[in-house]
Amino acid sequence: MKYRTLYICTALLGFGLVVSCTPIVEEMTEVEKRAADPRNKTHMVGDKASGYVYMTSQTRDMQDDDIANPAFTWIDLAEEKWSKVEGKAGKSCASCHQDVNKAMKGVANKYPQYDPESKKLIALQVKINRERTKRMGAKPWKWESDQMLGMAALVKLQSRGMPVNVKIDGPAKPFFEKGKEFYNQRRGLLDMACANCHVDNAGNMARSNVLSQGMINGFPVYRLKWQKPGSVHRRFIGCNKQVRATPYKRGSEEYTNLELFLMWRASGLNWETPAVRN
Amino acid sequence: MARKPRVKVPSSAKKGDVIQIKTLAPHKMETGQRKNKKGKKIPRFIINKLEVTFNGKPLVTADLHPAISANPYFAFFNRVTESGSFKFVWTDDKGKSITTSKSIKVA
Repeated sequence: MKYRTLYICTALLGFGLVVSCTPIVEEMTEVEKRAADPRNKTHMVGDKASGYVYMTSQTRDMQDDDIANPAFTWIDLAEEKWSKVEGKAGKSCASCHQDVNKAMKGVANKYPQYDPESKKLIALQVKINRERTKRMGAKPWKWESDQMLGMAALVKLQSRGMPVNVKIDGPAKPFFEKGKEFYNQRRGLLDMACANCHVDNAGNMARSNVLSQGMINGFPVYRLKWQKPGSVHRRFIGCNKQVRATPYKRGSEEYTNLELFLMWRASGLNWETPAVRN
Repeated sequence: MARKPRVKVPSSAKKGDVIQIKTLAPHKMETGQRKNKKGKKIPRFIINKLEVTFNGKPLVTADLHPAISANPYFAFFNRVTESGSFKFVWTDDKGKSITTSKSIKVA
């Protein structure tokens, strides 16, 4: 390119003309580059973009290959757990649900769900633990334990490729509104809301990181920074800490409401669990 | 229950074919550089060796060092001439090893 420009310039000089060298090909902007990348096609819907499109090609390679994606070692573990009998009732997940591939298809879209028992929203993790304690008589798993991360990822994996489509009407409506309020509420010493980064500045840099739109269609994700998979609530805690706000607990009402709102925000994008992010 | 290694080897191939083998071992790969909350160093704990053999003959050997991230992934190519089994052994700093094997049919 350089040589061609130079060639044209010298040619024009030779003719004794006034030269104004303008670049012949205009550079694409980052947004245009992302939109033009064929790999991103299935990860963008309208103006919504999954976190995938903001990742480097190396990170995307990891996600696209199920062997290179380390999250699958946790999923393998969960697959074993699926048919392992535990607890007083002498049952495993498989004794009621049989095949995980069939039984859990589309389940990712059902949670967080309104629970008439506690009159609150419950996340998938809460549901898994409730099944374990009530139906199986087994011990509940901790939110961020290997077993829970694996099982949540295994269940959501069955919806991979399906568009996110969550129910926000009926009894879930007030909780959805609360989640929306949380999202737009400024908090912490930096006085920033989720929306300030992920709506107003998506695609821009925050120090060396590109801010994504904050779509949660890939959770639980394998995060390179954590060197292991993590739940979306762990990500919320990280975000809250970064704006110097006191984070809530994993599984708290606030975060579950926020999760519902964010799933609605991501609706239309395909499920990518287990995604790889940096 | 510990996590298990993941290995991908095609189940069959033609004689003389070049196949790709992908491996991933589950490991924390603690570098030895980090400190805990009390300020004490967390001792180094990594996989330091990967050995791949085919029908008992060495195929690939790799020495791993602390800069390698958790769950190390290795992929390599091999020209296959006979049926047999690949054996993968990862050895960590405590001398423990993770072993798995995969067989291939070559026609």
